[in-house]
Amino acid sequence: MSNENNAVAAAAPQEGWLTQTGNRYAVAIMALVALGSVWTLSIDTRYVYLLVYIWFGMVYGMFLQYGRFCMAAAVRDLFAVGVPRMAVGMMIAVALYSIIAATVTVAGFSTFHPHALGWHVILGGLIFGFGIVFTGGCASGSLYKAGEGNVGSMIVIVAISFSQAIFVAASGWFDKLVPSSWVDSAIAKDMPEELSVNDGWFDIFTAGYVWDLKGSTLAEILGTTNPVVSSYLVNTLLVTILPTIAILVLLYAVYYRKGYMRRAKISAPSMGDHARGMWSMFTSSKNTAIAGIGLGIFAGLQMWVTGALREHYQIFNFGELLSDMGHTAGLSMQDTVFDPGYWYITTQEAQWGAWALERMGVDMMDNIFFGLDNGIPSPLFNAPGFMSIGIILGAAVLALSRREFKWKLPSMETAMFALIGGTLMGIGARIGMGCNIGAFFATVTNGDPSGWVFLAGMVGGGYLGVKAFNWWIERRSAAAEDECGL
Amino acid sequence: MAVKFDQTGEGEFRLDVCGYSCPHPQVYTKKALQKMASGDVLTLVFDNPSSGESIIAMCDNEGNDLYERNTEGGQSIWKIRKA
Repeated sequence: MSNENNAVAAAAPQEGWLTQTGNRYAVAIMALVALGSVWTLSIDTRYVYLLVYIWFGMVYGMFLQYGRFCMAAAVRDLFAVGVPRMAVGMMIAVALYSIIAATVTVAGFSTFHPHALGWHVILGGLIFGFGIVFTGGCASGSLYKAGEGNVGSMIVIVAISFSQAIFVAASGWFDKLVPSSWVDSAIAKDMPEELSVNDGWFDIFTAGYVWDLKGSTLAEILGTTNPVVSSYLVNTLLVTILPTIAILVLLYAVYYRKGYMRRAKISAPSMGDHARGMWSMFTSSKNTAIAGIGLGIFAGLQMWVTGALREHYQIFNFGELLSDMGHTAGLSMQDTVFDPGYWYITTQEAQWGAWALERMGVDMMDNIFFGLDNGIPSPLFNAPGFMSIGIILGAAVLALSRREFKWKLPSMETAMFALIGGTLMGIGARIGMGCNIGAFFATVTNGDPSGWVFLAGMVGGGYLGVKAFNWWIERRSAAAEDECGL
Repeated sequence: MAVKFDQTGEGEFRLDVCGYSCPHPQVYTKKALQKMASGDVLTLVFDNPSSGESIIAMCDNEGNDLYERNTEGGQSIWKIRKA
C-alpha cells in the first residue's frame, strides 16, 4: 500500500468505508479466510480442529495490534525508557486468563501440562530476554508486527524458525557441551534406536536431564484434591493473582507513582491517592488494557474450545485426526504432532524451519523433539502454525483498516539485529521449553510456578539486553556524531 | 536510512527515526529530549506504531506535552514540548 493511496484515502473518508484501499484489503483478507474455511470444511468437517487455531490466531492478532501488545516491551521499556505500560497490560492479561483457565480446568476441558522445573528454565528465559531487546518484539509481537508490514519482524520469524530447528537437531561438536552423566541417563531411558538419543545435545539434554525433573502445578505439589479449591484458590489465587498484584504494586511504586503524584499535584499522598494512582496506571493506556482483557478471555476460550473438540472426537492429539484423515506424513513415531490447544508460538515455527530443512535433504526426525514428540507436519496440516499465520493476518486486517499498515524494509542494522536476536530467541525458547507465551503466560496462569522462573530469567536477560543495546547506540552515535548529533 | 537529529530553529528540533522499530524510536526520543531545554519543541517523525504507545506513556510520566499527533500513510509526525 503506497503513501499516495493512504493520502487519497485520508482525504476522502466521506466517500464510504470500502473506497479506502486499506479497508478493501482488510475485507479481502477476511473473505479469503472465511472462504478458505468453508472450502476446507467441505472437504472434511474434522478440519474444524485446525481452523479453530487460525480463527483464534486472528483474534489474537487483532488484539495484539490494537493494544501494541508485545511482551518484549513489557520488560524492555521498563529498563530502556522507564515505561510500565506493557508490563501492566501483560499482568492484566495474566490475571484474567488465570481465572478463565481455572474455570476451564474445573469444567474438565483443560489441555495444559506443567513444565519441568530446573536451571534450564531461567537460562532459557535469560537468553530469550536478551534476544527480544534486539528484535523489537517477542515471538507473538514479531508476528503482529509482520502483519503491519514490518519486514524486519518477518526476518525475526525466519530466524526463530531455523535457529530452533537447527539447535534441536545439532550434534557432533555440540555434544561435548553436555555432561557425561546426562548421556548415561539418556541412554538408560532405552529409547527407540532411530532417535539416537546419545547423539545430539538437545536429545541428551531432554532425555538425560529434563525428563528426570518434575513439573507440577502448585495444587499437585500441595496435594489438594477438591477441583474448585485446587483451581481457584491454590493455582489461580496463590500462583497467579497474588504474585500479579505484588508485581503491579512494585511497578506502581517504582515507575508510576512519582509521575502521577506530580501530575495530580499531591505532595503527601494518602492510601486513597495511591489507589487512584494505581487505577490511573491501569487505564493510562486504554488500548493496552483492552487488549490485555481480550487476550486473557480469548486465550481461555481457545483452551475450552479445543478441549471440547478433543472430547467430541475422542482424541488426545490432532495427530490422531490427521491419521484418520489419511495424512500420516510428518507425524511423530507416537502418531502425534505439536498440538498445545492454547496460545503457543515457538514450537510450530521450529516445525516450519525443520520442514524446510527436510525439503533440502536434512534428516530432522532423528531426535526427540521432532521424531518422538512434535513431528514435522507439512505447513498445510500444521494446526498451531495456522495460529501464527492467523496472528499475522488478524494484525494485517486491523492495521490496514486503521491505516497503519506500511511495508517497512529494515535498515542493515535492524536486519542484523533481527537475525541475531531472533536466533537467540529461538535458542532461548528451546532451552526454556517455550517463549514468553508457552513458558510464562500459559504456565503461571495454569498454576505452574515454573513460568515465574522463566519471567525472572527474561527480566534479567532484558536488563542485560538493554545495557548492551545502549552501549551499541552510544558507540554508534559517537561514530556518527556529525550526522545524528545524539 | 539513518537516525537524523537536527536543530531546525530557535528552540526547535527534529528527530527522524523512520525505518527503525522498537526500541529505537522511544530510546532516541528519550535521548533527544535529554539534549533539549525546557520549553523546546521536538518534531518527531517515525513509522513504527508500537513505539508510539511507549512514547505517549513516556511523555505522560515525565510531564512533557505531546500536543500534536498526525499519522498518514503509516508515518507519524508528532510534536512534543519539553517540560
